[in-house]
Amino acid sequence: MISIQNISKSYKDVPAVRDISFEVQKGELFGLIGPDGAGKTTLMRILMTLLIQDEGKATMNKLDVVNDYKEIRKIVGYMPGRFSLYQDLTVEENLNFFATVFKTTVAENYELIKDIYIQIEPFKNRLAGKLSGGMKQKLALSCALIHKPEILVLDEPTTGVDAVSRKEFWDMLKKLQKQGITILVSTPYMDEAVLCNRVALMQKGKVLDINTPQKLIENYTRKLYAIRSKDMHQLIQDLRAWEKTDSAFAFGQYLHVTGKDDEVEATEFENYLLKKNHLELQVFDIPPTIEDVFMDRMAEQ
Amino acid sequence: MRTLFYVLQKEFIQVRRDKVMLRMIIMLPIVQMLVLVYASTYDLKNVNIFLVDKDMSSTSRQLASKIDASPFFTINNTSFNPEEGENEILNNRDDMVLVIQKGFERDLMREDKAKLQLLVNAIDGQSAQIGYFYAASVIGDFNKHIIAEWKGLPDFKPPYQINTPSRFWYNSELEYKWYMAPGVLALLVTLIGLNLSSTSLVKEKEQGTIEQLNVTPIKKIQFLAGKLIPFVVIALFDLSFGLFLARMVFNLPIVGNLGLVFSFGVLYLIGILGLGLFVSTVANTQQQVMFVTFFFMMIFILMSGIFTPVESMPQWAQLIDQANPVYHFMRVLRMVILKGSHFEDLIHEFVALCILGITFLTLALKRYRKTA
Repeated sequence: MISIQNISKSYKDVPAVRDISFEVQKGELFGLIGPDGAGKTTLMRILMTLLIQDEGKATMNKLDVVNDYKEIRKIVGYMPGRFSLYQDLTVEENLNFFATVFKTTVAENYELIKDIYIQIEPFKNRLAGKLSGGMKQKLALSCALIHKPEILVLDEPTTGVDAVSRKEFWDMLKKLQKQGITILVSTPYMDEAVLCNRVALMQKGKVLDINTPQKLIENYTRKLYAIRSKDMHQLIQDLRAWEKTDSAFAFGQYLHVTGKDDEVEATEFENYLLKKNHLELQVFDIPPTIEDVFMDRMAEQ
Repeated sequence: MRTLFYVLQKEFIQVRRDKVMLRMIIMLPIVQMLVLVYASTYDLKNVNIFLVDKDMSSTSRQLASKIDASPFFTINNTSFNPEEGENEILNNRDDMVLVIQKGFERDLMREDKAKLQLLVNAIDGQSAQIGYFYAASVIGDFNKHIIAEWKGLPDFKPPYQINTPSRFWYNSELEYKWYMAPGVLALLVTLIGLNLSSTSLVKEKEQGTIEQLNVTPIKKIQFLAGKLIPFVVIALFDLSFGLFLARMVFNLPIVGNLGLVFSFGVLYLIGILGLGLFVSTVANTQQQVMFVTFFFMMIFILMSGIFTPVESMPQWAQLIDQANPVYHFMRVLRMVILKGSHFEDLIHEFVALCILGITFLTLALKRYRKTA
């Protein structure tokens, strides 16, 4: 459905996207995962025909993003990272406006947006600028869906939204996926990666890996330890200073730590840290999460 | 068509919701017409004179009262010390010092001539000249009378005299307000049109809504028409409101055809709005837009001939003015409203406004691209 071949784009001399290629299948929920500045937005803007790539070729439903941009705009829905609806129009006015611009009506495609719109309908006469973050998100999604697109492109839709709204939002995406819409979504949140069918891990304009989240985790074969002590700040410094430590990152209440060449045992960490006078020390094996995979991949670069 | 209708509706709703903008649309014509027209008058009144009468004779007193009686002059202060008068000018309290030397009457009677000294504050060259001219003519008039009185002739007339009775056409009472009003109307329309159009497009950029619109199949022309038409309507509303005020408040005679005024208004606005759109396609924030439009407004207005006649500007400046839409529109307004000029008289302005309008619009269309 979406095909990207060797796409590169630079802003002046700064490369934003470097030689990226991948395919998204029809009906797939595909995630672009990566930190800020990884090139997710640039890639999406190229696909959305808002930006022209320097090199490479991309097609959406076999339509070329440069030559067939007019056709593409009819079949894709886009939700930019920033809330981009008219803040001084009401919920209903926004929806009607975008429906008309796409030469359709709200009634015609009401079925598709019903589940989402019903939640904001009580506020349909409120100005969009006065909505809460979660409701703005729902309105933006409704507007992006109003013309029944075949492909939905969402740029960090859950950034700045509370945890409950985030979960609701992903539930909605799952429902849309069931209706056969291909979805490309970007997010900086690793925990959302597992909700996608496949993800592309991106960093500094490059794709590090593309796979299902499960496969990515399965492929991670390193020994991972969770370590905790009374003084977490000192703990991370001591671990990073030790020559046998490969990586140490804070994950919630614990540090996730790997040893050089995975030959360091839990007891070795324990002994080293006890020598450093750490109190209430805990060291144990832990199964990797997608975030561990990502951190590991980033460190490789 | 339906799309265009919705785009227009959206723009009007946005204007209606913007309370500041709405107030400006109503307040601007009122304030500009009532304050600017009254304030920027060149009618010379209330020239304050400092009188130094060292002669204290009946003739000098007669001269003083003659000057004081004129509607232009007020004798504000008197003293025997001319330096005090100079200080008054320095303090900006008086505009002129009239010094009558001791022996004024005696010299006049014995030698048939006497001298007066007139010190004029010429910071503002134009009003100094006019003031001096007025004072000189009052004194000249007085001169004629005393000659007649002393020679005992009933109404002395010099033997040869060229008389130029004058009549002022199109504004017979030399009502400066009538001259100013069409000029201020042109400013009003420009201000409203340029500001509304230039900020509205850049607002879409700032709020990011342009990004959302750009991925829709909306046509460039529909989008730009949505930005043009509402502001043409609003600016024309302000033009008629301003005209109405001018008619009611200072009885501005509208000699020409109102249809012609509004037709030119539409033509002019298309150009001005095109310029506004062009500016907002170049700029990224409302601040930048305000700065650039302010730059254009200053040049356009100061060169438009609202305060100083364009005919007295240097030749190169007059040439530049051909590219100044405000200049052409102001001429049209003055000619049609005050003189009742017909379309045939305005061909030059029509062609100039057409060329400027097409240029600005083409620039805006060229610069506004849907892909970055």
